[in-house]
Amino acid sequence: MFYRETGQFKTSYEQDQAMLPILQDRYFIAVLLAFAIVGVPLLASDYLFLSILIPFLILALAATGLNLLVGYCGQISIGHAAFMSVGAYAAYNLVLRVPQLNFLVVLVLAGLIAAAVGMLFGIPSLRIKGLYLAVATLAAQFFIDWTMARVKWLTNYSSSGSVSTAPLDIFGWQVDTPVRKYLFLLAVVAVFTVLAKNLVRGHIGRTWMAMRDMDVAAEIIGIRPAYAKLTAFAVSSFYVGVAGALWGFVYLGSWEPLAFDINLSLNLLFMIIIGGMGSILGSFFGAFFIVALPILLNHAPGWLGMTLSTAMVSHLESIIFGALIVFFLIVEPRGLARLWAIGKEKLRLWPFPH
Amino acid sequence: MKKHANVVVLCSVLLAGLVAPLASGASAPGFYVEVVLGGLMAGVLYSLVALGFVLIFKASGVFNFAQGSMVLFAALAVARMAERMPLWVAVPLAIGIMVLLAMIIERLVLRPLVNQDSVALLMATLGVSFFLDGFGQTVWGSDIYEINLGIPKEPVMILGNLFQGGILINLDDVAAALLAALLVVVLALFFQKTATGRALRAVADDHQAAQSIGIPLNRIWVIVWSVAGVVAVVAGMVWGSKLGVQFSISLVALKALPVVILGGFTSIPGAIVGGLIIGVGEKVAEVFLGPVLVKAFDLAGGGIENWFAYVLALLFLLVRPEGLFGEKIIDRV
Repeated sequence: MFYRETGQFKTSYEQDQAMLPILQDRYFIAVLLAFAIVGVPLLASDYLFLSILIPFLILALAATGLNLLVGYCGQISIGHAAFMSVGAYAAYNLVLRVPQLNFLVVLVLAGLIAAAVGMLFGIPSLRIKGLYLAVATLAAQFFIDWTMARVKWLTNYSSSGSVSTAPLDIFGWQVDTPVRKYLFLLAVVAVFTVLAKNLVRGHIGRTWMAMRDMDVAAEIIGIRPAYAKLTAFAVSSFYVGVAGALWGFVYLGSWEPLAFDINLSLNLLFMIIIGGMGSILGSFFGAFFIVALPILLNHAPGWLGMTLSTAMVSHLESIIFGALIVFFLIVEPRGLARLWAIGKEKLRLWPFPH
Repeated sequence: MKKHANVVVLCSVLLAGLVAPLASGASAPGFYVEVVLGGLMAGVLYSLVALGFVLIFKASGVFNFAQGSMVLFAALAVARMAERMPLWVAVPLAIGIMVLLAMIIERLVLRPLVNQDSVALLMATLGVSFFLDGFGQTVWGSDIYEINLGIPKEPVMILGNLFQGGILINLDDVAAALLAALLVVVLALFFQKTATGRALRAVADDHQAAQSIGIPLNRIWVIVWSVAGVVAVVAGMVWGSKLGVQFSISLVALKALPVVILGGFTSIPGAIVGGLIIGVGEKVAEVFLGPVLVKAFDLAGGGIENWFAYVLALLFLLVRPEGLFGEKIIDRV
């Protein structure tokens, strides 16, 4: 009844190409952003920021990056946490060795370094795909994990192998309290999300999707496979590298190489499967789901008056994740984002059935 | 001819890598042989897991990420049931459980996903893997358990007259190797001589052709997942008796992925040979190449066996994607 585009005519090309062509969508996003900027800091507690909102924003960025590669370009990767760690360690070393750089510059540089490494490990994708590529990216995961743990220069010769960072300072604005961290992340993630959204509906995104849907046909209509795949690896690793730097500096503060192990890679993959492959929005749904579910599982038994051991909770978590993944692959391969789209379709017709 | 030249080159490079430490005279030959033997034993374990991968991939084209979790599950089942009953009861029971599991997986996961592309199936087995890890540890417990196969664990010295100091070797390792060999022989007989085995090979060659001559695909899948479950029980017992049954089994089993790449996705002998090569390769690399790397790049310790297998597989992929023994796949990328 309310969600209907009747009467909204497009009279110029700008309107035709708008990212959110429907007025109600624009209002919704505006209200959502206003709530996120003003409402959430007023309402949320520090616990909510530190354990849900901050990891959610960073992981949503990482999942968006992975989604560009897996969901849009169709190249599987089980090693994306490794590119996160490249971003994190690159940022650490840049801050350490070139302290006069602004962190925003560091963030971009760290992303670029991760992109270079990602392209290097993306080279096998020119010859192999599917399962073989999965193993190639697994090689990236283990090799980079090892490099970060063993090359002393990268951790500044710290004896324990872990590194720690000082709170960020952006143009004199200290990013130290949870609220400030959240606002900073919100800004970064918003910028990169708009960028990703535009990337995938532009020329390059269409190139990727053509590659995903049928590589031979794409090549015949004049898309260079090497270009399409390597750009996908580069952009994806850039996003993930930026997310890694944020994960290290804003969320963890101090970390060791184990923070970016294969479990994080698998979790990123789960986010995009559950959230929806080939959908930016889906990355956000998936990230929220994966961040919130363990916390829910930790608290739910308490509300019901039961007590579960931590081991039990983590087992339960992996049972639920595993079952959900199979469930989504069978029932709704396009994930929560598809459910959202169906909901919107229904809303347009409501209260009529057709 | 060119195809063979490729293999010859690869094998000679591998051999050169293996022999180099010995030829350089950096260490006593006895020590070197011990390292190689240790690698071979680790390789047997990888081979056993890889075997399960290959079986399932051959018959259903599914890349079973959950094989490692199946090994963990089977090992946990054997270990916990053996606490209450003799081993010869526990093992058949565990096999029964794995067959049941195969039926459930076929019914709930494979059948609804039939005709999906391989990446979707890979992710589905990832889900199965997580489910099994959690479920197994919920049902059987998540401590470290022991499986006692009744084989003495003391190392025995052999060839004392040939080398200085002789070679230490564990009897349970030898038993594991024999068990693996026996398993391969039984599987080979099963695949070559029985009607079911022939049906499995037919399905592996061509699903549609097999179906059109009346081979029931669904039953074949149950059978092949059951066989993989039996292999998982054997692998789980061997690992459990050697390293104890614990969660890390499921992670180390990831090493079976490079093994099947090396040996070829569709080759049972390839899984065995690949496992042995990776096992020996990473031990030799760790012991002899590791210190060199540490010195050259000023590293904080070795540990290159964590990635050696994967990087070896990556190099293999660039040169010979079908592996040592796999069928040539022509696939435009």
